[in-house]
Amino acid sequence: MMSRLLSLRDSRDPAGRAARRAAWWQRLAPRGRTLVTAIPYGWLLLFFLVPFLFVLQISFSEVEIASPPYRALVERSEDVLNIALNLGNYTYIFGDPLYFDAYLGSLETAAVTTAICLLIGYPIAYTIARAPEARRNTLLMLVMLPFWTSFLVRVYAWMGILDSNGLVNQALLALGLVDAPLQLMHTQLSVQIVMVYAYLPFMILPLFSNLVKLDGRLLEAAADLGCRPWKTFLTVTLPLSKNGVVAGSMLVFIPAVGEFVIPELVGTPESLMIGKVLWMEFFDNNNWPMAASVTIVMLALLILPIVYLHKREEKALARAARR
Amino acid sequence: MNMLESSVNQAAGAAAGAKPYLQIVDVVKKFGDNTVVDHINLNIARNEIFALLGSSGCGKSTLLRMLAGMETPSSGRIILDGEDITHLAPYERPINMMFQSYALFPHMSVAQNIAFGLKQDGLPRGEIAERVERMLELVQMKKYASRKPFQLSGGQQQRVALARSLAKRPKLLLLDEPLGALDKKLRQQTQLELVNMIEQVGVTCIMVTHDQEEAMTMAGRIGIMSDGQLLQVASPGEIYERPNCRFTAEFIGETNLFGGHVVEDEPDYVRIQSAELPRPVHIGHGITGTLGMPVWLSLRPERVGVSRQQPVGDGNWAAGTVHDIAYLGGFSIFHVRLPTGKVVKASVPATRWREEAAPTWDEPVFVSWADNDAVVLTQ
Repeated sequence: MMSRLLSLRDSRDPAGRAARRAAWWQRLAPRGRTLVTAIPYGWLLLFFLVPFLFVLQISFSEVEIASPPYRALVERSEDVLNIALNLGNYTYIFGDPLYFDAYLGSLETAAVTTAICLLIGYPIAYTIARAPEARRNTLLMLVMLPFWTSFLVRVYAWMGILDSNGLVNQALLALGLVDAPLQLMHTQLSVQIVMVYAYLPFMILPLFSNLVKLDGRLLEAAADLGCRPWKTFLTVTLPLSKNGVVAGSMLVFIPAVGEFVIPELVGTPESLMIGKVLWMEFFDNNNWPMAASVTIVMLALLILPIVYLHKREEKALARAARR
Repeated sequence: MNMLESSVNQAAGAAAGAKPYLQIVDVVKKFGDNTVVDHINLNIARNEIFALLGSSGCGKSTLLRMLAGMETPSSGRIILDGEDITHLAPYERPINMMFQSYALFPHMSVAQNIAFGLKQDGLPRGEIAERVERMLELVQMKKYASRKPFQLSGGQQQRVALARSLAKRPKLLLLDEPLGALDKKLRQQTQLELVNMIEQVGVTCIMVTHDQEEAMTMAGRIGIMSDGQLLQVASPGEIYERPNCRFTAEFIGETNLFGGHVVEDEPDYVRIQSAELPRPVHIGHGITGTLGMPVWLSLRPERVGVSRQQPVGDGNWAAGTVHDIAYLGGFSIFHVRLPTGKVVKASVPATRWREEAAPTWDEPVFVSWADNDAVVLTQ
């Protein structure tokens, strides 16, 4: 009785109430943290994993003239539940050389784009990172400035530049370097030029953010130990910027593999790229299951090597930590 | 200025013997209009450990960077072992530096860090391995050879950095704030250890520090720098006991400074009157100066005695009251306020108070010192 009275009095006591509120907050706080991390997880779940499962499911179904134009995987007739997994799309992809060529063409174009972006982007990123701080922001701004205009407008601008009577050809003719205009548009070269142009900032920005953190004293230490500038770059700067190189290359390579707009607008009609095949399957043939299978294979082509590299990196780190 | 320069050269020449190993000749460094290093002349002997001591921004680091080749002097020459290296690139100099926060290559193991410089010389693999091994032994880091720098403690990193800078057997070793990144306790313990290692390999060494304790413990000679100029170059003891200017006296250790002027100038003694002291100060030797010339007196706290009895003699003492006492265990610092308002610091060992109790706050006491305890500074 006495203790209850005491506790009752306690509940009216403002200090006791504050303490209880603090305890309540404490219990809630970790939940708050979970809540915050749950937002990106929820986002990925809703807009990546769920659609991916849809696509995966469609890739195992059969095409049908209906709306949507595929047969459901799970059908119930009376008491029987039929699950029909159609592997035909995949066997078809691996059987028909068209797909193989398209994948190869895409990977090759993306690889060349990535390599050229790296070759051009690294010196640019390095220069910006080593520039005086006041000038750095201006230079970064210049890199990002093209993003302020529409992507399509920029591609069309390149069409104007590379056309048979475009800027480049007019300049070459005026200088007398060529007699007739060169075929620049609708070649693999034009695709490569425009893709490098479009993806270059995605290489520069992660490289810059990596190189800007490079400790200048490490370069001085290398020089002090007798290392010439070019060798310092190869033995110190480049290995230390590995993460930036990997990040930039992935940011360029992955979207470049599935690039559709640039090959469509400035490429050759003959050269097949997987983005184009996907588009054709989906819109021209109205074959959703096939399009879905093409997507899944493309995803696997990109993700499996990344997972492998990641695992290897983790093992190396674990080894270093154990020593 | 002239007098100062000649005294600097004298000190350097005396220690260097006949032919100095490193000569810094009238070196100036300007950044725009800002003169950071102002006509430095300095000679360093072979196998000497020399410390450049000064507060931040005094130009000591810039001087060190010019020795390493990371900055080029605006004028002047640097000669090492008979060779003019003023305009050599850093990678061409037989000089190695231990950087302030070590600048170890984070992507290389301890052994690879130490081997880096040797690889640049194109030494055969076997010899590199052997020399790395010896360096690891010297700094007692053999166990950690395959670790990466981030897996090491601050003290271990410091030892790796030392090994890396010694591996090439440089003609000159530069240490930039060698122990600045360590905590105080580790620093004291490492100071002598570092000196031992440097002496073991027998290398000429110039270090830069703002920590006077570090400089005094480690270096054979110290150069005090301020505003780009070298004010005094001497052994730690001489710098402490016989500072040649007010800056040095105040920068190294604690001191009581009194402004005054010469009232008696004899060949074997001088008397100096200060407005801050009630009676003249007697100095038991002559000075180069004239009667009436303004001077400063530097009186180290440990030279000042505290007593209840009035000292005998007509100079070198003053009456006052205890204003503050800082008890530091082995000794105490008494702050005695004189009637002139000046507070004199006296560092008194605890053993002084065996016979009588130590004076307490506001107690009237006398401070006194011996004839040659006060140092006369003319600039």
